[in-house]
This record gives sequence, C-alpha cells and structure tokens, in this order.
Amino acid sequence: MSTETSTDFKSYLTPFNIVTGLIIIAGLIVTVIRFTGGLGAVTNLDDNYPWGIWISFDLLCGVALAAGGYTTAAACYVFGFKKYQSAVRPAVLTAFLGYALVVLALHYDVGRPWRLPYPIFVQQGTTSLLFEVGLCVFLYLTVLFLEFLPTLFEWKGWKKLRDVLVKMTLVLVIFGVVLSTLHQSSLGALYTIAPSKLHPLWYSAYLPVFFFVSSIAAGLSMVIFEGTLSHKYLHRMMDSEYNRNHNDVILGFAKGCSWVLFGYFALKMIGLTYDNNWHYLATGFGVWFLVELLGFVALPAFLFAVGARDNNFPLIKWTAILTVLGIVLNRFNVSLVAFNYHLPSEDRYFPHIMEIIISVFIVTVGIVAFRFISTRMPVFFEHPDYKGQH
Amino acid sequence: MKRRSFLGLMGAAGAGLAVPASARAGVKDFRGFLETPGVLFDGTRCIGCRKCELACNQVNNLPEPEVPFDNLEILDSRRRTDASTFTVVNKFETANGPVYRKNQCNHCLEPACASSCFVAAFRKNTDSAVDYDDSVCVGCRYCMIACPFEIPTYEYHKVLTPRVMKCTLCGPQMRAGELRLPGCVEICPVEAMIYGPRNELINLANRRFKQFPGRYVERIYGEHEMGGTSWMYISGTPFRQVGLREDLGTKSAPELTAGALAAVPVVVAVWPVLLGGIYAINKRKEKIAAQEQKQAVAAAVAKTKEEAEEKLATSLSKAEEAANRRVDNEVKKAVKEALAKKEEELKAADASKPDEEEGK
Ligand code: SF4
Ligand code: SF4
Repeated sequence: MSTETSTDFKSYLTPFNIVTGLIIIAGLIVTVIRFTGGLGAVTNLDDNYPWGIWISFDLLCGVALAAGGYTTAAACYVFGFKKYQSAVRPAVLTAFLGYALVVLALHYDVGRPWRLPYPIFVQQGTTSLLFEVGLCVFLYLTVLFLEFLPTLFEWKGWKKLRDVLVKMTLVLVIFGVVLSTLHQSSLGALYTIAPSKLHPLWYSAYLPVFFFVSSIAAGLSMVIFEGTLSHKYLHRMMDSEYNRNHNDVILGFAKGCSWVLFGYFALKMIGLTYDNNWHYLATGFGVWFLVELLGFVALPAFLFAVGARDNNFPLIKWTAILTVLGIVLNRFNVSLVAFNYHLPSEDRYFPHIMEIIISVFIVTVGIVAFRFISTRMPVFFEHPDYKGQH
Repeated sequence: MKRRSFLGLMGAAGAGLAVPASARAGVKDFRGFLETPGVLFDGTRCIGCRKCELACNQVNNLPEPEVPFDNLEILDSRRRTDASTFTVVNKFETANGPVYRKNQCNHCLEPACASSCFVAAFRKNTDSAVDYDDSVCVGCRYCMIACPFEIPTYEYHKVLTPRVMKCTLCGPQMRAGELRLPGCVEICPVEAMIYGPRNELINLANRRFKQFPGRYVERIYGEHEMGGTSWMYISGTPFRQVGLREDLGTKSAPELTAGALAAVPVVVAVWPVLLGGIYAINKRKEKIAAQEQKQAVAAAVAKTKEEAEEKLATSLSKAEEAANRRVDNEVKKAVKEALAKKEEELKAADASKPDEEEGK
C-alpha cells in the first residue's frame, strides 16, 4: 500500500512538473506580497514609468502573440483555405488562454483590479484608446470562449449545444477578426498620445497600422512555433488528419508570413520617410532601430521565403522563433526602451525580480492549462463522433 | 491693490464659466477658453523660496515633507511631483545666475489625462481646474503615460485605495468658498504668479514684453503647447533651459488620437462586409466547383450508359442476324434435303414404269 503511493508520487516528479511547480509556488508567494503590500512592494514602477514589463510583456506581447487565433480562423473559414482546418483548434485554444492570461496579468498591474469592469459597466471614457482596447479584449475573449466551447462540448458529449455553436462559426470568426483588428491596432495607438515621450524613430502616426500588421506576422509565426512544439511533446494526441495537414499548414503560413513581413518592412520605411527621420539612424537609437528592422523583420521575411520555396522545415521553424522574438523586441522598444528616451539613465526603469517572476508565472500557468486541455479534449484530433463535420 | 489676481475682471470671466461642456468637444474653432481663468508664472520674478510648496502642502493636507520647506538646499537636486507633492520649484543654473521655475499640473485646455482615461475620471471644469475622481479610477495609470508634462503621480504603496495625485488648481477649495485664489498664488511674496482670465494673462504678458525689452524670451509657454494650457509661463531664459520642453507641438491630445479613434467605425462597418464578401466568393467558388463536378459526373455516367446501350444493341442485332442466318441455313438445308428426297422417289417411280408399258 505504502509503496504504491510512493511510486505514484514519484511518477509526478518529472523535470517538467518540478520546474513548473517551483515557478507556481514562487508566483503564489509574490501574488500574496502584491495584494498585501501594493504595487510598490513588488515593482520598480515609479511616476516616470507607470508601465513596466507587465504591460510590455504580458499585455502588448501577450495580445500580439495570441493573434494566431484570428489569423488562422480567418484563413480557414473566411479565405477558404480548408487545409488549415486542423490548425484552427489549437490556435483558438492558444488565443483563448492567451487572452485569459492577459486579463489575469492586468489584475496584478492595475491599482484596483476589482474595478476592471468599470470602464464598460460604470462610466465609459470613450475618448480613450484604452477604452477601445478594454472593450475589444472583453468582447473578443467572449468570442474566443464561444469558439472554443464546441471542443469542450464534444468532450462532454453535449451534441445539441455543440451543433448550435458550430453553426455560428462564421459569424464568430468575422466578429473576432473585427475585434482583433481594432484592439491589435489600438494597442499601438495607445502611444500616439505621447509624441514627446517616445523616440521619433518609434513614434509614428502609423503606430496602429504597424501594430496590426505585425500582429498578423506574430500570429502566423506563433502557429508554426506552437505547432512544432506540440508536435514534439503532444504527438500522441494527434490524429492522422492533423499530421497529414501539418506540413501543408507550415508551408502555407511561412509563405504568408513572408509576405506580411515584407509589407511591414515597406510600411516602416514609408513611416520613416514620411516623418523624415532618416538622420536619427546615425545615432545610438538609430543603430538599435536598424537591428530591429533588418535583423528581425527583413531577415525573417527573406528566410521564410527561402524556407517555403525549398520546403526547408527546420529553417521555417527557426525563422518563426526569430519572428516571435522580433515582435517581442518591437513591443519592448515601443513601451520601454524608446519610451522616456529623454530621461537620464539613472531615472530609467528596470524590472524588479518579482515583476519578472509574475510574468514567468503567468506564462507557466498558460502552458499547464494548454497541456491539461489538449491532452483531454479533441484539440489535435477530430472527435470520433463528429468526423469531418467542423 | 495687489496685482496677483485679476479678480476685478472676473465678472467678465463669468461668460467663460458659463461655457457648456459640450462646446469643448469641437477642438478647432472653440475660443471660449480665452475667458476662463488661468495662472501666469513669471520666471524672472521667482526667487525659489518654496513658499508655494508650503502653501500647497497645507491647503491639500499633504503629509509633512522629509525636507522642511525652509530648507533651500534641496533646490540643488532636480525634483518632480510625487504622490505627496503637487508642486515643486526647481533651480536651473544659467550664465546669468540661478533661475527658478515652479512645476505643477498645467490644467491643459484639452487635457491628455482626461482624453486618455478609460473611465473618464478626469474632467476639465469651467473654472479651468482639471478634476480627478478617485471613486471610479481603476488605477491603470494611462493618464501618467499620456500627460506630456509628467505631472500625475501614483500612490504605489497603498494596497486598497491607491489614487492618482496631482495639483487641482485648488478648484475644490475655491468652489467651496474656502479660498479666493489658489494657495500658491496667494502666498507668493514676489507675485511671481497671477490668476485671472486667460486672455487677460496673455495681454499682460505681452505688455511686460514691451515694458521690459530684452528681459524676456518673448513667447508665452502654454499659449499653444499641446493645444494650450490654463497655466502659462514667461521666462528670461529659453524654456528648454528651465525644464520646459519646446518640442511638444501645438496638437492637443484628442487631435493626436483622433485618427486612430476615427478608424474604429470604419473597421466596424467595412470589415464584416469585406470579409463576408470574401467568404461568399469562396463559398460560391466552392459551390460552382461542386456543381461542375456533379455535372461532369452526370455527363460521364450518361456517356457510359449510352455506350453500353449501344454496345448491347449492336450485339443484340448481331446475335439476331446470326440466329436468322442459322434458321435460314437450316431451312435451306431442309428444303434441299426434301427436294433431294423427292427426286429420288421420282427416280424410283420412273424405273417401274416400263413394266407397265410391256404388259399392254
Ligand atoms: S498637465 Fe498633465 S495632468 Fe495636468 S491637465 Fe495637463 S495632461 Fe492633465
Ligand atoms: S489611472 Fe485612473 S485616472 Fe488615470 S487613466 Fe487610469 S483610470 Fe483614469
């Protein structure tokens, strides 16, 4: 009896579980400090830097990287690329979890989290771009939840409910694209209000467009990246249908992403010319700007094109990672590095270790939730009762 | 009469006070702000005594400062507003000796803090004060990102009720009749600040420029910056050197974000139509493809059927022909046989005939 329990216990002690366990414990400790000591107890935020990495990483990057949901769903249902069908469910699940975690992260960042519904239900600041972000994220989270529900219902065997929702798919997808367009771009537009604080190389009236277009690249790259990871670690959950389409999806997305990145590069050049900022390129910030633009936009655009032409899957996968890093870099540049560029270095912000712990904690919660759901529900495979129906 | 206020002129300002809030919505052609009150700070007068800081602290019941207000050494370090300090005086060394400038909320005409707040916690009042309502504030701190003058501050160490803190232009106290003038304006021993209708302040500044040629940089900071502010500055040194940014431009915060906001209805209206259209086209393509396939299949089926029938018919007719031929042959054979038999009989009959002829 006792030996049985000990072996049971041992089987849970995989490296994965130990690491996630430790992160979750650390996260919970910091959570307690945050909600008993206030923001000042766990962050390096100050009056010059009201927004730190919780906004930069958890919100700006989180939302951009969860863009796989709307891009995949649109490609499959609106543009009629039926072969991407198998990628829709994992992408929608990732997006749903991504947004749920963004909202969770906001509870740490705002001063009075229990008032988060206020902008929608109590008093609306309609002139604020943050209002647009909040409303869209709220609505889109609902849409993603509805898009995900059929998976849950299939798992539970609630056929009628599932069929009702499946009928609404197209409407939900279009609604989702509209909402995503709005909030992806308005995240960039948040910064259009502060021309004096953001370095001219990053400030642009086109910020909303930049954020929207780059979110498409982020979404496509994340689908490739996660597809690869899941392929490796959750292979046992995938049916032959998923596996057969996997390569097609990756090639198609690589090609699409290459185009989007080229377009984004062109837009950035237009922005640079329009604002006549070329002379800044010779400064320190200019070099950094070029690193971002050439190393993380132009290069992956080119590599994706080559990878798709040669059916070079490893190249595509590495390029997807490069692109994802590039998006993260861009969001960090806009919200932290180039923000308050005029302040002396001793006044500049660097995240507190506890801020970083919370961000890692939230990502970990996401991974655990993804694993939990995708190893139980029909995400990577078609439920036997509903073959060829969705 | 002390010059620190244009109170006598405030009767005229009544017109400004009565401006309906909705009139402020149209940014471009609105001139009503001219009549609303403001403060003009004259940097050539300020002596850096920190009395205004003291008054502000008392009027707003703020906590005791770490460094008492009569200690002027603190002026050697650059300070900004924080949660318990709504105004600070900073010292700037110049070629002509030290210059002082007071810093506080400028009570913008089109405040970035107000237009950025997603619960509309800020409000520009008809008495020019930009008010903040902590009973709705979520604590997102976007107002702090948005303010070009780096004014709003936050109570980072409060757990349950953190607030955004900033100068109120003593609006609440003046509305309640507790104060006639903002605390800092009232206390200033050298009348470095004057409170009055904004257009009067602008006229006064221009008069001073004329009166003391060469003393001022002949421009009023805040007249147009970020769409204009209720609090304005004149100075003997370039504004940049006293910590006032000259690259802010004249666009107000709402103008800066108008483009992005205007895109919302466009996206909401156009996207569904466009995407729906694309979907319909794809659906139609699929439908047509399906139809064509169906037709092709039907045609193929029909063709094979026809061919099969034809084949059947020919083979049938062939078989019939063969059968006919066989019958023919049989008949012919039978006829032939019958004829042959008849002939033999006839031959036999002929042989017995001569006997009958002999017996005659
Ligand atoms: S100075 Fe800043 S805080 Fe004051 S009204 Fe203007 S935007 Fe708001
Ligand atoms: S912190 Fe409060 S006042 Fe400032 S924008 Fe957010 S909700 Fe509005």
